[in-house]
Amino acid sequence: MTPGETLRGGPRRWFYDPKIRALAAQILTVLAIALFAGWIVHNTVHNLTMRGITSGFGFLGNSAGFGILQTLIDYRETDSFARVFVIGLLNTLLVAALGIVFATVLGFLVGIGRLAENALIRGLSALYVETFRNIPPLLQIFFWYFAVLRAMPSPRQSHELLGAFFLNIRGLYVPRPIPAEGFVPALLALGIALAAALTLRHWARRRQERTGEPFPTGRVALLLLIALPLAARLIFGAPFTWELPQLQGFNFRGGWVLLPELVALTLALSLYTAAFIAETVRAGIQSVPHGQIEAAIALRLTPRQRLRLIVLPQAMRVIIPPLTSQYLNLTKNSSLGAAIGYPDLVGLFAGTVLNQTGQAIETIAMTMAVYLLISLTISLMMNWYNRRMALVER
Amino acid sequence: MKKKTLVATLVAACSLCAPAWAGQTLDTVLKRGVLHCGVSDGLPGFSYTDATGNYAGIDADFCRAVAAALFGDAKKVKFTPLTAKERFTALQSGEIDVLSRNSTWTISRDVGMGMSFTGVTYYDGQGFLVNKKLGVKSVRELNGATVCIQAGTTTEMNLSDYFRTNGMNYTPVTYEKSDESAKALESGRCDVLTSDQSQLYAQRIKFANPDDYVVLPEVISKEPLGPVVRQGDSEWFNVVRWTLFALVAAEEYGITSSNVDQMAKTSTNPEVRRLLGLDTDFGKDMKLKKDWAYQIVKQVGNYGEVFERNVGKGSPLKIERGLNAQWNKGGLQYAPPFR
Repeated sequence: MTPGETLRGGPRRWFYDPKIRALAAQILTVLAIALFAGWIVHNTVHNLTMRGITSGFGFLGNSAGFGILQTLIDYRETDSFARVFVIGLLNTLLVAALGIVFATVLGFLVGIGRLAENALIRGLSALYVETFRNIPPLLQIFFWYFAVLRAMPSPRQSHELLGAFFLNIRGLYVPRPIPAEGFVPALLALGIALAAALTLRHWARRRQERTGEPFPTGRVALLLLIALPLAARLIFGAPFTWELPQLQGFNFRGGWVLLPELVALTLALSLYTAAFIAETVRAGIQSVPHGQIEAAIALRLTPRQRLRLIVLPQAMRVIIPPLTSQYLNLTKNSSLGAAIGYPDLVGLFAGTVLNQTGQAIETIAMTMAVYLLISLTISLMMNWYNRRMALVER
Repeated sequence: MKKKTLVATLVAACSLCAPAWAGQTLDTVLKRGVLHCGVSDGLPGFSYTDATGNYAGIDADFCRAVAAALFGDAKKVKFTPLTAKERFTALQSGEIDVLSRNSTWTISRDVGMGMSFTGVTYYDGQGFLVNKKLGVKSVRELNGATVCIQAGTTTEMNLSDYFRTNGMNYTPVTYEKSDESAKALESGRCDVLTSDQSQLYAQRIKFANPDDYVVLPEVISKEPLGPVVRQGDSEWFNVVRWTLFALVAAEEYGITSSNVDQMAKTSTNPEVRRLLGLDTDFGKDMKLKKDWAYQIVKQVGNYGEVFERNVGKGSPLKIERGLNAQWNKGGLQYAPPFR
């Protein structure tokens, strides 16, 4: 390079501008992706037409024509495939909701148990985590379904409790409550009690903040919730009559039945996921600096108060994000129910309906979209909760 | 400029990249040298792996017959076991060339799913298998029963139709595999197993105590089971369809695997001579060798031999010929003339 010649020689061309270049590169990438997606869609549609396969979502209006084991809403075989879709979705949500509740309760108990001072509790908790975390969930489902619930007796030799509860290979039959004359008053009483309890809690908190004087909110609220509906019952009569399951012909009729498919799936998923949640909880608790606990001891808080007021609120910040992942895992794992004949979305819609209609692309796309939607909803809810629980620096 | 050219090339290439496949299955299979055949995931008599690890059964033998016609070698088959749920997608997507998996021929499958049924290898009907302990003698007594079914089958629909029209209730328990539904019956999860009758007999011999179970007398549906190919490929359709007719015709003319060589030498019957390709070469029009039908009979046998060996007297199932006898013996098996 001779002196006098500079790098800025000549007018700058627009295509040497790094900003424009970066923009152009991004536009081209987006275009390439769009083209690729367009090609896939075009190719699929083209091939479907070539092979004479009907496409589109028109089939959803057709009559399904087959029976379903468990339906949370009314269903007849003449109903449409769209209704079958809703039934499958509800069955999936049922298992997911039950599983999340049980797994959370159990997971927190075991997680706290792993840090207990009592060596037996600590050991048992560790044993639980290591056992259930390290066996594949499908195998656990098979264990509960084939090894445990298939060993139940036939309907005629059912295990019986009080002449109202029956356990056999077809499921657990329990009495079904039917609203009676006292139902509305009982419901009202419960509502009033609930409102009163909430008001009480609000008042107690404000008083404690003002004066420092604690109030036994929990015990009083519990008393309210029991006493008011009980009073309503005494005045207006029983809120329910009970329909008992009875052996008629081949099966029990009447009452509610918990199907072995549902029980096995819920059990397996809850126990499996609880092991992971327990580890998350343990990690969360251990992340709270020890100084916090020492400070709490110095303030003469009881061990329960320490856990409830000092440790858990701070641990939650660490616990919630991985907890969300566990909830999502549980929801997605519920599709394993297809392996034991539980009529969830995958088994029912992406299985039976797919086969009866041959509309593979539509049914699979719908099923995937639903799982995505459920997962995103759970994720959003947990993110909201996480923001609420996040440490507010003062 | 270069980028523009690239994009233009991509776009141009894409107009060609939808694979033109119609009418090409036969060429593809002949070139590949192996037939990809979809069979069931374990159904005695139709397709299951025997003690030596080979596929046996009517459906498996049909695959072999197609391979014998194509390559003159019945062994050139790659079997793909499929569940009821997987079978049609596997065919539609081209994973297999022909589906020979006890599938019922129905209008919705034939016209709306891009598939064509090539004929009927087995005329079946839906039946019911119950434990003798229940003391049930007829399907009409099954009101309120729990019924085990295989998911995604015509059986599911027939069951619902039958119970509904007769004003009866039932609880369906649906499994993906036929073995699972059979085990569910054995364990008592359900009162009755419903499926094609041939399958009920086949499943029953797998039970620990087969004699405790009985097939009820009623047959509630028509289940013509047959091989399926993709729609719109008539060349391939012809090969598969006429393989089946060759099997049936061979039985009608009395040609068996043991006498076919002798027949080829001495027979003066014009029908036999045409079938075996001695006078007329039908194979050429199907892109096959002249002796395609000879190879089928020589290596696999005729329809009657296949039937007896797999589900009939020569098998543990001991199913009567019934509807599957030749048309001139009171059955429905009927091959159009080889002329």
